[in-house]
Amino acid sequence: MLEIEDLHASVEGHEILRGISLRIGAGEVHAIMGPNGSGKSTLAQVLAGNPSYQVSGVARYQGKDLLDLPAEARAAAGIFLAFQYPVEIPGVGNLYFLRTALNAIRQQRGLEELDAMDFLALAKERMQLVEMDPELMNRALNEGFSGGEKKRNEIFQMAILQPSLAILDETDSGLDIDALRSVAAAVNALRSAERALLLITHYQRLLDYIVPDYVHVMANGRIVQSGDKDLAVELERHGYAHFDAPAAAGEGS
Amino acid sequence: MNSASQIPLLTALQAAEPARQPAWRRQSRDAAWQWLAKHGFPTARDEAWKYTRVAPILAVPFQPAAAAPNRRLSAARLAQWLGDYGGPRLVFVNGHFAARLSALAGLPAGVRLGNLAALPQAERAALEPLLTHSLQVAPHAFGALNAALGEDGAVLQIPAHCTLERPIHLVFLADPGATPLAAHPRSLIQLGAGSRASLVESHVASGAGGYLSNSLSEVVLEAGATLEHYSLQDASRSAFQLACLDVRQARDSRFAAHLTACGAAIGRHEVRVALEGPGAQVALDGLYLPGGEQHLDNQTCIEHLAPYCTSRERYKGVIGGRGHGVFDGRIIVHPGAVKSDASQTIKNQLLSATARANAQPRLEIFADDVKCAHGAAVGQLDRQAIFYLRSRGLDEPAARALLTYAFVGEMLEAIRLAPLRSQVERLVAAQLRGLEVTP
Repeated sequence: MLEIEDLHASVEGHEILRGISLRIGAGEVHAIMGPNGSGKSTLAQVLAGNPSYQVSGVARYQGKDLLDLPAEARAAAGIFLAFQYPVEIPGVGNLYFLRTALNAIRQQRGLEELDAMDFLALAKERMQLVEMDPELMNRALNEGFSGGEKKRNEIFQMAILQPSLAILDETDSGLDIDALRSVAAAVNALRSAERALLLITHYQRLLDYIVPDYVHVMANGRIVQSGDKDLAVELERHGYAHFDAPAAAGEGS
Repeated sequence: MNSASQIPLLTALQAAEPARQPAWRRQSRDAAWQWLAKHGFPTARDEAWKYTRVAPILAVPFQPAAAAPNRRLSAARLAQWLGDYGGPRLVFVNGHFAARLSALAGLPAGVRLGNLAALPQAERAALEPLLTHSLQVAPHAFGALNAALGEDGAVLQIPAHCTLERPIHLVFLADPGATPLAAHPRSLIQLGAGSRASLVESHVASGAGGYLSNSLSEVVLEAGATLEHYSLQDASRSAFQLACLDVRQARDSRFAAHLTACGAAIGRHEVRVALEGPGAQVALDGLYLPGGEQHLDNQTCIEHLAPYCTSRERYKGVIGGRGHGVFDGRIIVHPGAVKSDASQTIKNQLLSATARANAQPRLEIFADDVKCAHGAAVGQLDRQAIFYLRSRGLDEPAARALLTYAFVGEMLEAIRLAPLRSQVERLVAAQLRGLEVTP
């Protein structure tokens, strides 16, 4: 589904990704772990098409050259990024936004737009799946949401948009243990043989609930080790100290 | 320094003065001309006119507008175009009352609604001091011009404890022709103690030509009176649109103004509020959307003269093309105006690299125990927010439009009259399309 070869990315002259290679097949769950500043979030942003980065290398998604596509075309092709820091947009209703997004994607795919009634029925059903507070639906997009509510809203969006490749960037951060369990249950419910997941996390905790097929360790802009789920346990025990020191790019890049 | 005779603006206007006029009118007219002769027109050195260049206005030899009715217009078409808010409507075409287009019926007994020029001389004379109030306290050249040349406008007088259920609609329509015309409408709105009303002013044009509209509205609120005042400015894009709203508030009165400004080549909207009695409250909302080469200037001055008064100001600008948006807001808390509570926020969003915004809060506080908060922000659309929306499938123009609509949405929601809100929404949507923001 996704093949990445020697992917480089830099922002304002600082190189953050220094040659990433990765293959993700349909139905697989991959986890990328690594210290802060290792480039995990940059990889997520680059795959989703953030135009702030200068990118080189190869990324093919379902046989297409991903790097050629603008962000909205990637969304239409089935790529979804659950943001580490979902953006608050005052004045735009949560449900209104999501219907606009779904219809923008349907339009790009040549499908008919969903009317308000059909959309509401879909939203109600998916809201239950992610145990989302219906009261949040009528509020402005992410405005005044707690950290946990924002993360849950991202998974709710994923449940509506039904991507083929979902990238979850630190979805576990800001969630207490109960919220983590229910969000993980929702993600697991969305797993399927056609859908691939890329989980980005600093801690192993999330991987107790969403069990990955493959675990990769990122440090200093490169994948330095790959293995199965046992690698996550090992990392939890020994930490990241024996990998390269973080690159100068700083926190959360 | 700028002698009146050398200013093209004044040549025809000054010459057209009526030969016969009552003494009181002669007197107030002379006073206005004298003020103008002494002080002249503002220059960039005048703080309140720093960003608005008047030279393009002075260069045009405007003709006084005659009362020449446009036969293509009808009351029904006007209602369809400008909205029908269910109450009486007064229409002024090029500054002159148009009875054929107006509908004055359906008001409670004791309410006076009509046009200034139709009043009997004695009554008209008695109103002159009220109409020249702003010229007494905060004179400037265009106010003097209005005092010298303004002959007609709306008069609304509501007796004590009377509530008008339906909004009154004042339409100031410019009907531009081959020669550029000038109109100086002057209106008086007086609310007796404990009375309530809402008012909609539409400033519009029937064509794209240039003209000068130089209007003045004097508002007097007695104790406990409540007025909601909405103003829609959709002037011709080549017009000069100057407006002054001068408000005096007695004890416990409430005034809420809501401005939407889309039109004019040069537009300047001035609001002066004097909180004269304790417990008076004022809220000013303004939304201005200049694009192209438009220049829209907002000047506000709120004076806290008595204790326990509240003022709220919220202005937002969306500026595209080579447009220029200006906000200058003075808040003066006078000695003794204790427990004054004032707040002011200004937010500008620039849609292009050539758009410009100036925001100037000016707080002058001479009393103790007051609360004053102000904030000004100028920004472009947030790149991270645009990316977030694009990552959900919206293309860049759709993402930008969604964010811009969200920015102005708060101002539209504040309009309490539903039919007016949809009218303003249409106006704003059309203006945003002109700024290349397409929903």
